[in-house]
Amino acid sequence: MADELDLRTLDDEELVEQMHDDLYDGLKEEIDEGTRILLERGWSAERVLNDALVAGMTIVGIDFRDGILFVPEVLMSANAMKAGMEVLRPILSASGVEPIGKMVIGTVKGDIHDIGKNLVAMMMEGGGFEVINLGINNDAEKFLAALEQHKPDFLGMSALLTTTMPYMKVVIDELKERGMRDDFIVLVGGAPVNEEFADAIGADAYCRDAAVAVETAKTLLAQRRAAARAQA
Amino acid sequence: MSDTVISSARKEVVIGFDRPFVIIGERINPTGRKLLAEEMKKGDYSRVEKDALAQVAAGAHMLDVNAGIPLADEPRILAETIQLVQSLTDVPLSIDSSIIEALESGLSVYKGKALVNSVTGEDEVLERVLPLVAKYGAAVVAISNDETGISEDPDVRFEVAKKIVNRAADYGIPHTDIVVDPLVMPIGAMGTAGRQVFHLLRRLKEELDVNSTCGASNVSFGLPNRNGLNAAFLSMAIASGMTSAITNPLHEEVMQAVMGANVMMGNDEQCVNWIKKYREPAPVSAEGEAGRTGRRGGERRRRSA
Repeated sequence: MADELDLRTLDDEELVEQMHDDLYDGLKEEIDEGTRILLERGWSAERVLNDALVAGMTIVGIDFRDGILFVPEVLMSANAMKAGMEVLRPILSASGVEPIGKMVIGTVKGDIHDIGKNLVAMMMEGGGFEVINLGINNDAEKFLAALEQHKPDFLGMSALLTTTMPYMKVVIDELKERGMRDDFIVLVGGAPVNEEFADAIGADAYCRDAAVAVETAKTLLAQRRAAARAQA
Repeated sequence: MSDTVISSARKEVVIGFDRPFVIIGERINPTGRKLLAEEMKKGDYSRVEKDALAQVAAGAHMLDVNAGIPLADEPRILAETIQLVQSLTDVPLSIDSSIIEALESGLSVYKGKALVNSVTGEDEVLERVLPLVAKYGAAVVAISNDETGISEDPDVRFEVAKKIVNRAADYGIPHTDIVVDPLVMPIGAMGTAGRQVFHLLRRLKEELDVNSTCGASNVSFGLPNRNGLNAAFLSMAIASGMTSAITNPLHEEVMQAVMGANVMMGNDEQCVNWIKKYREPAPVSAEGEAGRTGRRGGERRRRSA
């Protein structure tokens, strides 16, 4: 057992580095405390989010992708991140800071598999995204209602069966029908899904696993916001 | 006693509690295998051929055949794959699809009594798959989930399995032709996944008297040294009453765990198979001949019967 470290004795830079380590190690209470300390020291919530939490989770994501970290470890990291987010969220929303991004995610109609999708949801939350998880067996109506209510950046759809994955197309076609397709970045995934299928049904990207989903989401959202700025 | 008989034209495999554990080779499955998927879609079955022969050589008693390729003609590809595999090997097959038309097309060309993989406890699925199983006199894998999802409570999953067994009986399918899949979750994401399955396996054996199978490799998803965990899981599952698994026989750890479990369960009489597999070869002498001429291996007098 290492000596108890008093986070308050660290200067800002050391504390942020310590928080990166603590996120890596999945230490929830330490992240909660570190987040509060930085706020007390006058950091804006946005700066805490980006410099301490998101930067730390980026390291976790890279090591997960590279096979250095494993699922239970990443889930602990995501949980620690969540503890920090719980402190920051009310401040962020009160100050009208645009969230990193928002996603509505669910398993499609007829399909009850959700472990992989829940991993994606947790990793997205770990990446600083706000996630609305609709659970299993969602028909187009449910997806559309959630999209209209939450106005997310992303729609994430998951399917584990070759019989249910065509339903992703039904949802996308319904979006097109209502002229809403371009309002969202559509990400799809699940064991039988592949890139060719994602292209064929008109999704924006196929994500092989949870780490790829977070990376893809960040890249596509950055592109989209850059394009929007260029137009403005 | 609950014996489930699966057959090809020339060979029978029996899944049962007092029998050696049945390994169903999982490799002929394009899910997550990009190259295999592309080849199968184009009608190139060379990799299927290799996978079939290698798995049988490694000790698979049956092979699972899946042709779940997005945007492809799954019924046709599944039927072609089954015909090819049956022309190469005698082991019985499990016909694996979630598409009813593919199951039907696979069953229509299959020689023998197949294992249909799978039916769930969802009413709509039961109504579509069970008549097909009855029509072809096949056996069927029953997955213990229903419309509400996969319960974390093994007793709820037990009720789903029971519902499937009862519904099958309505179609004239005996419980001996049902092989329940208790559903193995990744233990890295759900720490109770192992206990759930072991509890359910005991109830399936004692109360429903049905055989069981599962996709064993799922348990180690997202963890290092997966074969080591798969082996631990299989030994413990076999001790809890599991009688077959869909897994990769090319992994030595997995096969060793299963063979060892057969010994422990008293299903490898006089440890014959274990000894045959692991006996150290006789040391070789300088002349390059076997050191001990010994009785083993050479011509041997038989006791008169």
